[in-house]
Amino acid sequence: MYNQVVMDHFKNPRNVGEMDSPDGVGEVGNPLCGDMMHIYVKVKDDKIDEIKFQTFGCGSAIAVSSMLTEMAKGKTLEEAKQLSNQDIADALEGLPKNKMHCSNLGADALHQAIQDYENRRDGVTLKEQEPQRKETHEHAEGEKCYCPYCDVEIQEEVPTFCHACQSDLGEDH
Amino acid sequence: MTFLNLDHISANPLLPEVKDAMIDAIQNEYHNPSSQHQAGEYAAELLEDARQKTAQLLGAQDAKEIVFTSCGTESVNHAIKGVALANREKGQHIITSNIEHNAVHRSLKRLSSQGFKVTSLPVDEGGRVDPKDVRDAITDETILVSIMHSNNETGTIQPIEEIGKIVKDNHILFHTDAVDSVGIVPLNVQDLHADLLSFASNTMYGPHGVGGLYVRRGTRIFPLLDGGTQENSKRAGTENLIGIIGHGKAAELALNSMDSRQEHLSNLKELLLSELPNYIDEYIINTNLDHSLPYMVNISLKYIEGESVMLMLSEEDVMVSTKSACATGSLRASHVLLSLGLSHADAQGTLVISFGPENTEDDVYRFLRALKNIVDSLRAMSPLYKKTHQTTAQE
Repeated sequence: MYNQVVMDHFKNPRNVGEMDSPDGVGEVGNPLCGDMMHIYVKVKDDKIDEIKFQTFGCGSAIAVSSMLTEMAKGKTLEEAKQLSNQDIADALEGLPKNKMHCSNLGADALHQAIQDYENRRDGVTLKEQEPQRKETHEHAEGEKCYCPYCDVEIQEEVPTFCHACQSDLGEDH
Repeated sequence: MTFLNLDHISANPLLPEVKDAMIDAIQNEYHNPSSQHQAGEYAAELLEDARQKTAQLLGAQDAKEIVFTSCGTESVNHAIKGVALANREKGQHIITSNIEHNAVHRSLKRLSSQGFKVTSLPVDEGGRVDPKDVRDAITDETILVSIMHSNNETGTIQPIEEIGKIVKDNHILFHTDAVDSVGIVPLNVQDLHADLLSFASNTMYGPHGVGGLYVRRGTRIFPLLDGGTQENSKRAGTENLIGIIGHGKAAELALNSMDSRQEHLSNLKELLLSELPNYIDEYIINTNLDHSLPYMVNISLKYIEGESVMLMLSEEDVMVSTKSACATGSLRASHVLLSLGLSHADAQGTLVISFGPENTEDDVYRFLRALKNIVDSLRAMSPLYKKTHQTTAQE
């Protein structure tokens, strides 16, 4: 199901655990969509000095978290902001298609952690901020949606039915 | 490879006697049971012998009431679509439950799109349908009730005798999907008041690729496959004789060793349940232990996700099944578990452990030791575990 790179990061996750007094925290996902990811960062000289993660989720969610921390470590904040979910999936040499938008939330969590750090640094209080947690995941623009039953790309704007395999996808998909 | 199979709900081993019977059938190159010559007639005798043994196992009055199919799913599709289409002029209403296997669920969905009306009944916290709900759902238009005998995710057994009685008293056809029960727990189509009953050979340690449908004499049903007159004109197509011969042996063994089979399996299940608290904490048993199959348990491990547990166990050569959304490919939590009232997070951490004839007590301990380490490491990684335990500590 998963390739060797994904399995390696799943079995031996890097930088896992909580962090004492982090400079920024990012939290995305919820158990409804199957995955939850927390990213903790410490920043030094505008660079990500330390990074750790905690994840509730499937094999690919854990592998994504682990790969993300490896990729982000040592990067400047500006460089880290450029990291995309696709970059992480590419570094993992690919994820199963139907997991692309469910467990591939790593970059979103990292960007939130950086935002949190910048807010704290600039004295922005929580009230002025956007909600910290992204409770639902929407399809990012241009992101393709695949039928979870037969893997065929869904063409509809609001995908509720797979014409290829006649499966009802439900409104919450 | 020395895999430890605790996923017998997905695949059971063939019993040695079944294997021998099938190897013998392959080597003898039996002819087509439909042929009129001697070789064909001999093949037909073998086919009818397997049918007779199956009829005995199910308590059918006549072996002709057994139709061999290619799998449990085909049997279910045949029962539901065959009855619906043959009885359409009587009415277009069908009653089922919220926890049926997708074979039932999607067959009915297909019929709904063709104009049939379906009432799907909820289950209580124990995962069972209330027979009163069945009675209340019946209308003048109802032509079929289909409720499963045991659930494929939880192993919970439904009150089929009571439901069957109600359906029979209302002169409506009753189908039960007994794919995960037949050959393991004693059951009888007369006691269940079943007009139609689906089964699969692999559940009773026969081959995959053989299933069957009990069809009570006089039941109006269309075939799913049209063609020749095989299976008393209920299922066209040359029979899978090698598989059916293996199945006949499996049915015979099931009938003769039902008690010892049940005892072996339920001992392993009891051992797992009694030892589990010594290895892990914070779990939910989703199986109704008062009414359940002897060979399976469904457990939700709190704060962690089932697919990662399954994959880590697999790395330890231990095979189990999970019904977490991530693993099933549907990306949605199991409709069965949500029907039981489980939260999405708990439904995500579900493991199904199912025992088979080759399992031993040592296997239970091997599984528990592996599970403990995995649960510890995944919880250390889980933000849900951290949150819950911080809140508890503050209180």
